[in-house]
Amino acid sequence: MSYVSLPRVQHIVASGFIAAVGMWVAWVSYTQQPAEAFLFPRLISTVFVVLAVWTFVKAILGWTKVGHGVSRRDFVWLLPGLIIALIYIFWAAKAVGFYTAGTIAFFMLLSFYDPAPHGEAKTWIKRVTITAGFLAVMYGLFAMLLKVYTPREIFF
Amino acid sequence: MEFLYYFGDVFTPISFGLLLLGTIGGLILGATPGLSPTMAVALLIPFTFHLAPVQGLILLGAAYTSTVAGGAVSAILLKIPGAPANIATTLDGHTMAKQGKGAQALQLSFLASAVGGVIGVLLLIFLTPVLAQWALAFGPSHLFWLAILGVTVIGSLDSASVVKGLLSGCIGLWLATIGFDDIMGAQRFIFHPALGGGINIIAALIGLFAIPQVLTMFAKGRNAANAEVIDVEKHSIMDAVRELLRRPKALSIGTITGSVIGLIPGVGGQIAGLVAYDQTKKFSSEREKFGKGHSEGVIAAESANNAMVGPSLVPLLTLSIPGSPTAAVLLGGLLIHGIFPGTDLFDNHPDVAWTFINSMLIGQVLMCLFGLYVAGLAARVAQVPQSVMAAVVLGLAVFGSYSVQSSMGDVYVMATLGVMMYFLERFGFSAAPLVLGLILGPIAEANFIQGSMIAGATDGMASYFLTGALNIVLIAIVIASIAYSVWMELRSRRYTSKEEIMA
Repeated sequence: MSYVSLPRVQHIVASGFIAAVGMWVAWVSYTQQPAEAFLFPRLISTVFVVLAVWTFVKAILGWTKVGHGVSRRDFVWLLPGLIIALIYIFWAAKAVGFYTAGTIAFFMLLSFYDPAPHGEAKTWIKRVTITAGFLAVMYGLFAMLLKVYTPREIFF
Repeated sequence: MEFLYYFGDVFTPISFGLLLLGTIGGLILGATPGLSPTMAVALLIPFTFHLAPVQGLILLGAAYTSTVAGGAVSAILLKIPGAPANIATTLDGHTMAKQGKGAQALQLSFLASAVGGVIGVLLLIFLTPVLAQWALAFGPSHLFWLAILGVTVIGSLDSASVVKGLLSGCIGLWLATIGFDDIMGAQRFIFHPALGGGINIIAALIGLFAIPQVLTMFAKGRNAANAEVIDVEKHSIMDAVRELLRRPKALSIGTITGSVIGLIPGVGGQIAGLVAYDQTKKFSSEREKFGKGHSEGVIAAESANNAMVGPSLVPLLTLSIPGSPTAAVLLGGLLIHGIFPGTDLFDNHPDVAWTFINSMLIGQVLMCLFGLYVAGLAARVAQVPQSVMAAVVLGLAVFGSYSVQSSMGDVYVMATLGVMMYFLERFGFSAAPLVLGLILGPIAEANFIQGSMIAGATDGMASYFLTGALNIVLIAIVIASIAYSVWMELRSRRYTSKEEIMA
């Protein structure tokens, strides 16, 4: 049984996904009406599908030379930050309040990725100070200088 | 000499203040590894939205120029190029710093950057109006091919894989069609309510350039290994000037190489610096000293990467084809203010065009003056932990994309495109052609539709789009750029890779 490396499997999945998107774009472009509105999408989706299928076939044959994929180590470190960022953006910013959610997300990310020892009070004081500075700068810049009205909801 | 008429406009308090802010801020941001010039300019765009067009462009132009020069600080003192354009600077710059000549290397880099930058901007001043007038002869079919040329040139030359670069461009062109069609009012690819108004360019730019950097920093984990900053000792500025004047060959090769490469869309500062370094080494009588802390290496690399900045804006301001990814972001900055490059810019907004270009000229001098003073500070800022940097950039990306239209939909688009781009980059795709597709997509489509209407009433599509001298020349350039890139890819890498240099 031949061994298929992780990057190769990832390349196949990624290029397969892009090929599927390309085919969906082409299908919509060629089937939706009015046809005049889809003239340009038809043109680009044709090239899109050709290139995407070419990339997919290359990935299946193992001819892909560019791109290293995502290593397990990278993914393990990336995941917590990505989850915090996505919760912040897609839920908390609107539900909790823009500044409150932003400050909590900032503090969590800073604390998680900071290499300083978690057991020392000095480390936590530094993190809280940096977070407070971030909140002050963001509030000053966007609320006071640019007068941007942000979703307030539960807090602000 | 029309530009002289608008020179005074740069010195109004707000414009000059923004120029100073952009220059000093850009020097510091440029020195920070992980914050590329393109990302810095993309993050600044939401702020320019609240300014007058000319003021916004002055800020963006100053940031563009000085982030490229600022990248030399971390390249010399930390051996970490602040931007890809500074890779060649590490070769001799860091070695000079280790030999106790860090101050001299920094002074030479800023002086050479200023000389290269001024000549590059002069080229911009004198070439742009000529090409803009020439662009008047362009009809819809030519403008369609020009937009396609912009996407294919960056897609093929800026990417490690030609097919993936072109595919990125196609994805960008498709993303540009999302929303309501301008002519028929039909809905196209609106699979989420946030996409009803199409994809906001600023949100997309921030997402595509900032979020992948943030996620890359996350993926590095708890990185405690900060590079050691080499202390800078005092060195006479006049000695640096004399040293620069003693090396005219390196300065002229760097400046000429950078200027020529800047004019070619898609090639960028990284190639300019490396080619200039390589050519200077070939023509030098002291070639054995290169790589061992030779001043000519720093002079050639830095004069080239800043000489590239001005000319990279020539195809942008005349034909809407950005010469580099950062120029593509600048194009987005122009379009959000309702300003279209080409003759419209110089005929209807000469105050904006010339004040912006003049500010870049003055910005080169300011960058040189301040660069020498803020280098030490910039090197310390470059040591800010990645955990702080990632959280700050994420916060700026969210607040910045929201502030443009006070829309959460833009924040969702920014985040979705950003996460998508991170994974695409892992598989060899590049953000620059995707952005070009997104920006040039509406221009290509509008001219394609207009051209098809004309073709329908005349000789037919094939005849209208594929014949005529200018059409044939443009199509030939599209094919040639793809063919050249495929040839280069097959021949493997011609230039020194970043990994080889950093090893």
